[in-house]
This record gives sequence, structure tokens and C-alpha cells, in this order.
Amino acid sequence: MSRPVIDPARLDLAREFRARPFGRHSPELQALLDIMRRAENCQNLILVAVEPGRWMLGERLADHRPPRLFTEEIFDSLEAGEWAAFRRRWRALAGTELDLP
Amino acid sequence: MPGVVGYVDALYARPGDLVTLRASVLDGSPRYRAELVRLICGETGPKGPGLKEEVVATSITGEHAGQRQPTPVGSYAIVENLPPLRSVTLSLLAWPTLPGRGVATLVSLGPLRLILDATGAAALEVNGEIVGTGRPLRPRAWTRIEARYDPATGEAEIGSMPVPGWHADHAATARGRIGNGARATGPLVFAATPAAEGCTADHFDGKLEAPRLLSDELAAEWDFSRRIGSADIEDRSPHGLHGRTVNAPKRAVTGARWDGSVHDWRQDPSHYGAIHFHGDDLYDAKWKPSLEFRLPDDLRSGIYAVKLSASGPAFHVGLVVTPAPGKATAKLAVLASTATYLAYSNYRRRMSPGAFELSMGALPTVDMTDVLLAHHPEFASSTYDVHRDGFGVAHVSARRPLFNMRPTGRFWNFSMDLCLIDWLEAQGIAYDVISDHELHERGPALLAPYRLVMSGSHPEYHSLEMLQAIESFLGAGGRFMYMGGNGFYWRVSFPEAHPGLMEMRRAEDGTRAWAESPGQYYHATGEYGGLWRRIGRPPNALVGIGFIAQGFDASTHYRRTAASRDPRAAFLFQGIEEEILGDFGAWGDGAAGLEIDCYDTAVGSPPHGLVVASSEDHTNAFLLVNEEIASNSRGVDGTLNSRIKADIVFFETPGGGAVLSTGSIAFVASLAHDNYRNNISRLIRNAVDRFLDPRPFAVPE
Repeated sequence: MSRPVIDPARLDLAREFRARPFGRHSPELQALLDIMRRAENCQNLILVAVEPGRWMLGERLADHRPPRLFTEEIFDSLEAGEWAAFRRRWRALAGTELDLP
Repeated sequence: MPGVVGYVDALYARPGDLVTLRASVLDGSPRYRAELVRLICGETGPKGPGLKEEVVATSITGEHAGQRQPTPVGSYAIVENLPPLRSVTLSLLAWPTLPGRGVATLVSLGPLRLILDATGAAALEVNGEIVGTGRPLRPRAWTRIEARYDPATGEAEIGSMPVPGWHADHAATARGRIGNGARATGPLVFAATPAAEGCTADHFDGKLEAPRLLSDELAAEWDFSRRIGSADIEDRSPHGLHGRTVNAPKRAVTGARWDGSVHDWRQDPSHYGAIHFHGDDLYDAKWKPSLEFRLPDDLRSGIYAVKLSASGPAFHVGLVVTPAPGKATAKLAVLASTATYLAYSNYRRRMSPGAFELSMGALPTVDMTDVLLAHHPEFASSTYDVHRDGFGVAHVSARRPLFNMRPTGRFWNFSMDLCLIDWLEAQGIAYDVISDHELHERGPALLAPYRLVMSGSHPEYHSLEMLQAIESFLGAGGRFMYMGGNGFYWRVSFPEAHPGLMEMRRAEDGTRAWAESPGQYYHATGEYGGLWRRIGRPPNALVGIGFIAQGFDASTHYRRTAASRDPRAAFLFQGIEEEILGDFGAWGDGAAGLEIDCYDTAVGSPPHGLVVASSEDHTNAFLLVNEEIASNSRGVDGTLNSRIKADIVFFETPGGGAVLSTGSIAFVASLAHDNYRNNISRLIRNAVDRFLDPRPFAVPE
């Protein structure tokens, strides 16, 4: 399968996800999320609670190894963690940074 | 990460019982702290009441000297007390699953070992000197291996001969002179090599069958098709060199003779002459007792934990305290889903790579206690995981640290069920807590003192004995409230030879983390495994609803139906004016979410059941369960499929009892909303009050 790519011009979809990371999404956003979540180069993210209510991203690794933890950034909600994962995936699949005002 | 972990000898205890705690300090601390806590509510996130626990005074409160304890992981079989042997001939059938992943022991006899070397080729090793065929075995194929060794001459011979078949590999042999006169001696160990501190090393992953040993002193021929279901292996020879298995390797697995003509091992055990060993099997961690304490005689029944602390967050060792027989303290019992807790214990799958998120609709979440688990493969896995050779984990044991029987971490199962405890406390309703394990052991007698039994949020795993006990309770006029989703789904068994162990086989169908191998759908107990729906006891027939979909991104609300105006259901809705129920909650902002069930007479729901409310507006992360789909198609998600809904169902039983089922795992996480003043709380309070009322219910004409 060829590497899935996303359209860097679709900032409207990024805004939609940022506004509501959980729940029903538009069909186009859902299609984008499906691409992101099955892309082999960025699908293995995980949210790790450092303590209750404080999260960091990590990467799931093969062969039953512990996840690699991205300790440099801590989020105070699941929503913020989901948004950070979305931005990482955007960078990996669209090839550009996602910086929304 | 927690610096100390531990376990207790049983998942439930009674007031006055002696409890033995086994702890291991992992962070090097010389001391750790312990205390008994009563658990009221778990970590619910910001939209719930949050963690509530109360310290109970016992003799263990305080600091204690700690040590790290070894965990003897890996299954094998052992025959003790062999004399030193002169010439030795060994043969067996091997079906390796990880050949070439390091040295793997087939048979260990003191200084002599029959092994697969680091390349996966059969080899004979004596005192560290090796003669090997140099030809790696093919994975997942049967190969006969034979070896001879004479310590008088040092002559050694090894051969591997693929079992005939269209895919068979080539045979290989090798000879040499090794060993310096060393003589093979006991104990004889299959699939591992003894190591220090009671542990073993160089484990073999895969199946072994029909090992034979011939020497000047004795001859033995082990038949693994005998005594399936036990921890014994039997020698067919007159020497009676019987042995035992350690760490519960999988029995009732297909052997070299299996040809698909037999599926129930009891019909022809000769097709099931193999044992499947895994280097990551663990039945009993065998830690030394660390603390012993007696539960107070007047301790309230409830959900407790031994809370252990060193560095990092505390580690909770969950424990259900249940009344002694004949000493029920209330007419209401909460049935703690200890079988399901055990099935999920040490769940690692969320930390494995893959497109897991596609089925969840959100990122998987863990905490640092889960990360600690990932650092310790020796604590073994859950029934949702696979062994390191890719085969599903069919055995889970309580005799090891259990990382999920705690009020912290993922809001699921044990911690989710505490929402019900919290609500009962807030309502001032008297209750006992009983457990699945007791239900299996004591049957209907456990439930007989109670008028109402309430399940937890996700009572997924049941033995036949457990289902029969609930059926008997309902038949005698008992009232049951199924407070969750995806309940009464999988069959489990509790083998008598391994107290504390639970077996399950993900056979045939269902939402499966892995699929059982062909020919292995029958448990070692002889019971047919898989979904109760496929076995002929659908959850719909027991509680009116059955599993229909799951999604882990967001929850939603219920909407009342016209049937909720039926006079039979009037008691449920006293004081409830709203059409929409549960549009709030600590999990996903709604009472209907995670795993949901619906009413369906075609699957066995009673025709007189009243669907009083149904959820709506689920997301497309919610997909129809496999057992509802004969062939795949579009239109199976929550945005398109009208069958994807959680139904709240009420029905009366002929014995004067009744059932109320809520159909959603997330349901109990809505009970505390707005300081327990909400329509979900009111609905359940109405049901509890009526169900505790002895006036019989009547099945409508």
C-alpha cells in the first residue's frame, strides 16, 4: 500500500477536530482520522497519565517492550493530548507543521 | 511508577479471615508502607466524584522491611527423582513456535540437554559441548527428534525428521563425541532448564508430544493425552515415572495425530497428545509471604484493597470482603465481577503497536502503573493478550500481582464498578458485596439470602455454574439488576487442579482479541468454549439484552420509549419528567457508551420485556459486533445502523421476580452526576426500592 497522505490545505478539518476531538465527526474528518490512525509511521501513539489528569504522549513499541514516553510535553486534559497527537500526525502525513491560531 | 507490588492469596475473604499478602519491592527501597483501605469510589476524571477510600485499622498499617522477590515465569513439566543414567536415548515430537529465537530446551537431564540451538536446529548438549544438526526446524510444523548419548564413550547422535506431510522439510542428522563422561541425571524437565532461585531458563515455546526415554536403567514413555485437565503427566511404562506440569501449560491442544476429524478431545484423546508450553506462562509467582493480618470480625462487606507504597504512586491489591455463609447483612448484594477482573488482569494490548485506535475511536490510555507492567513481562498477561509466540493467552491466574484490581488508572471494570458502590453509599442503601468466584463455588446458596442482586458495569465472563446460579435465583423469585454492558458473554472455567486459575478459549465467534486454534475449542475441563450465545445460553435470555456494539470515544443519552408509559413500568419513572435520560456522565458525557447491549427476541430476549429507553446518536466508532454479521458490509456503524443502541429493559419472571437491565458499561458513571440528583440515579433508586419490596411481580397475560 502506498503511504497515505493528507491534504495540508484542509485546515477546516483540523479546526473541527480541535473543537471536538471526541464524538461524531463530519465524514471528511472521519476519513482523515482513519488515515491517520492506520498510517504505519504514526499510528502507534498512546496517552500516558503521569498522574491523574496530567497526560503525556508515548509510542507503542513491538515485541512487548514498554512504550517510549515523550516526557517533554505534559497535557492537562485528554482533549489536549488528542490534539497534540493530531498535530504530530499532520506533520508526518501532510509534511507541514499545523499551527492554527 | 509504583515501587512495590503485591498480591493476596484469594480475590475474596471474609471478616475474621487471615489474609496473606505477598509483596515485592521493585525500586530498591528497604521499606514500604502498607494499609488496608475500603474503596468507595475510583478515579473518575473531572466529571465524577473522584477517588474515595477509607483507611481501616489493621495490624499491617505502617512501614515494613521489603525485598525484591523472584518470579519463576515459564511453563514446563518435571519428573523428579531419576537416578544417574548411563546410555540415554531420547525421542519426542516438537512443534516449535519460535525456533531461532535463542536456545530452547526440549528436555533437560542435568548436564545433558536436548535443545533447539540459537538457529532453531535440534542439538544435543552435554556439559556445554554440543552436537547439532545445523538444520533449523520449520516453525509450526511437527518434527520428530531423536538423540542418543553414551557417557562411556562420549558418542552422541542427534536427528530431526519432519513428520510426513506434503509440506515436510528434510531430515538431518549429526554425530560427535562430547561430554567427558558426564551422566544424565534427574530431575528431568521438559521445555525448560532449571536455574537459580527456583526459576527456569531457556524455555521452549511450542508443543511437545510423546517424549520417550530409554536407558540401561529404565524406560519411560509419557503420554500427554492422559490426565488432561490435571497438573500431572503420566508415564505409560511400568516404571511409573509420572511427573507434573508447572505454571499451567496449555493442555487439550492438538497433537501430531490431529487431522480435523475430532474437535472434542474427550472423543479421542490420542489426537490431543501434546502440551503447548510458553516461556511467559505464569500460574503461581510463589512469592514468600510478606504480611499476614486478620480482617476485623466486624468489618463491613465491601470492596477493599491493601494499599502498598514505596516510591511513586501506590499499588492497590484489590480484595472483596464478603459475608460468611449464613451471615448476610442486607437484602441487596452487589455481585463483584471477579471473573471479569481476572480476565482483564495485566492487560498489555493497549501498549502494543497496531491500528488498535481504529477500533476505539480515540487514543489508548494507560498510566504509570501500566507502564510498570510493561517493564515486567514476568507478571504475565491477560486473556486479551497473546503470548510471545502469537498464540492467545488462555490461562490467567490470581497468584501473581494483578494490575487492574485497583481504583486508579483506566476507568474500567473494577474502578468503574466502584461508581455503583459510591452511589449505594450516597443513597444510604444497605448492601453486601459478593463475588463471581464464590458464585462459582457456592452456586445458588450464595444468592439465596438476597432479594436483589446487582451486577457490576461489565460482567462479561461466566462459568456454567455461575449462570445456573443466577438462573436459579431468578427462578425462585429473585430480582436482578444488570448494571452494565457486554455481560454474560464468554464462557470460562476454573480447573480444580489449579486453584486461582481461570481458563477461557476465544472460540468460533465474537469480539475477540485473538482466535482459538482449530480443534481447540474445548477447555481442558471438557467444556465447549466461546460465546455463551453460541453455546446456547445467550445473555438475552437471562437479562433481556445482549452485546450489540462497542466504541470508546464518546457516550450518548437514552430516549424514553412509548413502552416506558406502560403501567408495568410506572414505578421506574416516578419523579422523572424528562424524555432524555443520562445526557451526562463521568465517562464520555453520557450514560450509554463503551460497550452496549440491545433487546432482540430473535436472540432470546423475553417477548414480554419492556424496552423503556434506548440510546441514540452513537458515533461511527461504534461498530456492530461480529456475531451479528454473517458477511461484512458497509452500514455497520453507529451513525447508520439503527440496531446500534443500548436498551433499558424491564421484565417480570414467573417466580415473582424481575429483571432490569441498563445495557451500557458507561451507565454507572452517570449515577453521581449533579450530586446524585439526576434521572439515571432516580431511575435506579426507583428500581431498587421496588425490587427490594417483597411483593411479587406478575408476568403479564
